[in-house]
Amino acid sequence: MKQKIGIIVGVVLILIWCLLPVAWIISMSFKDEASITVGNPGFLPSDGTFAGWENYRAVLDNDQFLKAIRNSIGISLIATVLSVIVATLAAYAIARLEFRGKRLVLSMALAIAMFPVVSLIGPLFDMWRAFGIYDTWPGLIIPYMSFTLPLAIWTLSAFFREIPWEMEQAAQVDGATSWQAFRKVIVPLAAPGVFTAAILTFFFAWNDFVFGISLTSTEAARPIPASLAFFVGADPFNRPASLLAAAAVIATIPIIVVVLIFQRKIVAGLTSGAVKG
Amino acid sequence: MTSTAVPAAPAPAQKTSGRNTESDRLKAENRLGQKLVAPAIILMLIVTAFPMIRAIWLSIYDYSLTAPDEREIVGASNYITALSDPLFWKATGITVLYMVVTVAIELVIGFAFALVMHRVIFGRGIVRTSILIPYGIITVVSGFTWQFAFSYQNGFVNGWLPFIGDDFNWFGETTPAVIAICISEIWKTTPFMSLLLLAGLAQVSEDMIEAAKVDGATWWQRMWKVVIPNMRAAIMVAILFRALDAYRIFDNIFVMTNGAEDTQSISFLTYRQTIEQFQLGMGSALSVLLFLSVLLIAFLIIKLFRVDLAQARQEG
Repeated sequence: MKQKIGIIVGVVLILIWCLLPVAWIISMSFKDEASITVGNPGFLPSDGTFAGWENYRAVLDNDQFLKAIRNSIGISLIATVLSVIVATLAAYAIARLEFRGKRLVLSMALAIAMFPVVSLIGPLFDMWRAFGIYDTWPGLIIPYMSFTLPLAIWTLSAFFREIPWEMEQAAQVDGATSWQAFRKVIVPLAAPGVFTAAILTFFFAWNDFVFGISLTSTEAARPIPASLAFFVGADPFNRPASLLAAAAVIATIPIIVVVLIFQRKIVAGLTSGAVKG
Repeated sequence: MTSTAVPAAPAPAQKTSGRNTESDRLKAENRLGQKLVAPAIILMLIVTAFPMIRAIWLSIYDYSLTAPDEREIVGASNYITALSDPLFWKATGITVLYMVVTVAIELVIGFAFALVMHRVIFGRGIVRTSILIPYGIITVVSGFTWQFAFSYQNGFVNGWLPFIGDDFNWFGETTPAVIAICISEIWKTTPFMSLLLLAGLAQVSEDMIEAAKVDGATWWQRMWKVVIPNMRAAIMVAILFRALDAYRIFDNIFVMTNGAEDTQSISFLTYRQTIEQFQLGMGSALSVLLFLSVLLIAFLIIKLFRVDLAQARQEG
């Protein structure tokens, strides 16, 4: 009984921990601008300060935010797809084949996962300008791909190692061609792992800030986190808090949707790469 | 981590395998393996190894992007300037502080969360989904959220804390500003810590815990003598990951204080020199120093990890 109460209290605390700040930013996104700048220490919008959908309408009318959201979606999706393809090839080789340099790949991936991102922006800034890809989509896609590879390779090779590859041969013995055996037996088994790696990669790309602010200068490629941080509004000394809150909520929605749908897979992916192995 | 020790996939036996065909097959496998990892290797080299070498090269120049023609080799002068500047040591000190404080607190809270998640049966899905929300949210958004929460103009923290005046400015002094930044960082990354610890917890055998219970061990004794020693590897992995990540702290500082009131981390200082002030030479020297300190921290933690493993073995 005592233990049960303890767990219930624990669950409530976890839920408060996770959701209170989210409730706060949502509540802010519905307050009107005036009440926020004048000073309103209340948590929820009180009488007369409730702005309805006004802030959301303003965000969706704001060209800068719209472009940033488009950039973020495009860049993150392309980086995710490309990174997962490259990582799948590498992870397959690591899990199934014996070859020279295997350890090198894994230690390199480990080193990159630990790399302080900021220490690369100077040289990349310089290089990208020389190549003419500064402030373009590829200028962000390439760094995102390379920084998501380690996590994707670990997650995938952990998944691949648990696939019973003998089944492929068994199918061949039963008369399937090797392509059929691969497509009908291995692909369905590998798909969940590939999918998990894709979600984690997307999270990274969507969350990135350092590359986003250093390797872009205009709305041509600036992703949403960078755009949020640089948004000043009409009065540079008074950041439009409620507008920012609404934009932040909009930028968070894709993540929440992904989390709600794929909760189980994300947990498995996060822990398999790091702890099992 | 442990994934470096990949067990070799057993080569399927071949009926007609003479010595020659066997080694041909191995050679082909070797080539195929290398071909498959080549794209990943090339990408990682383009974005990390090559720029890093270039950073080392640029760091010996006095090179400002505002006056690119005047660049000249100055040798170690950038490093000497950085290492003799109190600003550099202040930033390094505050970065170490961020790292130690956040990882220590996250370890305790994350462990408590993991224990709850491990035992919870009813509402398991809700808890696991919720815990992924802070993990998934953009760090910049969480930075804004907490900055607005602590703001004396429109936040709620001052109103909720009885021992703090309603007009207290959290971002006016170093200590409260650092506390606010740490809270934002801890909120965002504790879920990651707790999920890693949960995976470690799942590997501790229930039988051992039961046996200790039968022998009359209290809850604390079971935690300290059975559970924690058995998940030491998971704890160390979690600490290593989080510590290296925390040492790079940047986003929260950028959003919450923009480096004001001595809250700037070493990453922030490097960013400022390079991108805001166009001092590519000096910025590169700082990049190299930042990279070296991350290596040092990784080395220290891994070293510590080994010692702990040996101790665990002696106890066993």
